[in-house]
Amino acid sequence: MKNDGASSLILDIQDIHTFIGEFHILEGVSVQVPPGSITVLLGRNGAGKTTTLRSIIGLTPPKTGQIMFQGQAIQGKPAHKIARMGIGYVPENRIIFRDLTVAQNLQIAERRKGDLDRKADLIFGLFPDLKRLYTLRGGNLSGGQQQMLAIARALVPDNSLLLIDEPSEGLAPVIIEQMMDAIRQLSAHTTVLLVEQNFQVASQLAERYVIIEEGMSVHAGLITDLVQNNELITTYLGVA
Amino acid sequence: MQNYLANLPPQHRRSWLLVVIYIAVLLVVSLADFGLNTAGQTVFRGILLGMLVFLVASGLSLIFGLLDVLNFAQGAFLLIGAYVGNATYDALDALSDEMRFLAAILSAVGTVGVLGAIIEAGLIRPLYKRPIFQIVLTFGLAAIFLDLVERVYGPDPKQPIDPPALLNGKFTLFAQSLSTYRLFIIFLGLIMMVSVYILLNRTRIGIIIRAGVQDAEMVQALGINVRRVFTLVFVLGAALAALGGIAIVPYQGATLEMGNQFLILAIVVVVIGGMGSYEGTAIASIVVGLTRAVAEQLSLTHFDAPVLAETSILLLMIAVLLIQPSGLFGREEA
Repeated sequence: MKNDGASSLILDIQDIHTFIGEFHILEGVSVQVPPGSITVLLGRNGAGKTTTLRSIIGLTPPKTGQIMFQGQAIQGKPAHKIARMGIGYVPENRIIFRDLTVAQNLQIAERRKGDLDRKADLIFGLFPDLKRLYTLRGGNLSGGQQQMLAIARALVPDNSLLLIDEPSEGLAPVIIEQMMDAIRQLSAHTTVLLVEQNFQVASQLAERYVIIEEGMSVHAGLITDLVQNNELITTYLGVA
Repeated sequence: MQNYLANLPPQHRRSWLLVVIYIAVLLVVSLADFGLNTAGQTVFRGILLGMLVFLVASGLSLIFGLLDVLNFAQGAFLLIGAYVGNATYDALDALSDEMRFLAAILSAVGTVGVLGAIIEAGLIRPLYKRPIFQIVLTFGLAAIFLDLVERVYGPDPKQPIDPPALLNGKFTLFAQSLSTYRLFIIFLGLIMMVSVYILLNRTRIGIIIRAGVQDAEMVQALGINVRRVFTLVFVLGAALAALGGIAIVPYQGATLEMGNQFLILAIVVVVIGGMGSYEGTAIASIVVGLTRAVAEQLSLTHFDAPVLAETSILLLMIAVLLIQPSGLFGREEA
């Protein structure tokens, strides 16, 4: 796999192999994420992008390989310990707690008392609608509102890295724009590793990319280089 | 209240309406068929039974909701609570009735709580990804505990113990003289109902439990050690059953069959209320208690035998599942 030689990394994944049951899903994924960047994992459906994020956060831990976060090996640690090291996770289906109010969905993410108060300006600055919806149940929100809440939830504690899986999935174009704006703004506060199927969204948001193909990372670099490389795009992403 | 209703999913609003109509029909039928005094006594018996069932069913519901474990040992927890509490009461005859009763409650709840922690951490935790094994395990534990209780305490039923003097009085309700202790059971059930509601809705641990009921993995990804919460909930569920067990002893004594009798009622309650829904369990406990009491009274009045008592709640369960397959306050699977 090509690597453009980023030196100081917040996340350094080396050759992880992850299984779900008997299925060998990741067969050698390496990803390097410099701090303060937005890096996107690209690839076709079922390539292993979501499993890569789940491997990082420890929900589907890798069997072999190494994941270094801020210089510490995290593979094999339980998910709650990995999260507490400063990694926020926004899963593919948002997984908003339907029976909890918006306020409770945010409060549950507090790792120290007062986290939500400290982050209120940032969260409601990015997603002003959430203030209005504060007492509504999560299950009563629209898809776009749930996506905002899922990202806001990951912002409550002091996370140095956010893993965001398919933030544009199932959203109307106008909501996607809002979401992209929010992710751009929050990248000033934290590093983002994104999975995004929509290449147009990915190319406008990210600075760096990693392509995953059949469970292996096959290419990485700057997104500005990728958008000019039609051959790579057509071969791995199926986008003309 | 307005906020609560606005936040309710439409099917739950419909369930509330059904419950209100159903209870109103039960009351009207009772009044019309039995007259005011017998109807009042029947409703009182129904609420009493509902509260006792709630103590077992709430634990079953909490454990199923969060851990996805259908705990067949829940009835055995009630049984152990009753027998351990009873034995403690007998052993401390030098103390006052109040102290003996308090010690009986503490020993029942404490013993079963510790037992619950050991079972969850030692036996159930390794089987979290094997639900069938969990069912077999809790079923086996229930059989083992029943056998152990019989061996330790003997096969004969235990006579009701004397409640403390404060709860040992009489009062008249609908022309019937009743023990104050029955009121205490209702009060205890209500206290536990409200306490667990406050725990689930007003505390951080409660919010974590409710979130975990929906998606324990996501809770973990937020940095919360969900395994510890699992243990806590299992202990809480087991302790509630034990509290139910010792609460029954001054009222009915203790028998080896009581665990299974209440387990069946509790399973019916949890299914009617909606698997894993605390709110549903609380409401269904009252509904099942009332249904059983009214059906028993109806069959005694018309057939001179309580033949409808057991079948009535099963018929109720079938009717609810036909109208709402996920139970009254359960969540439709996506």
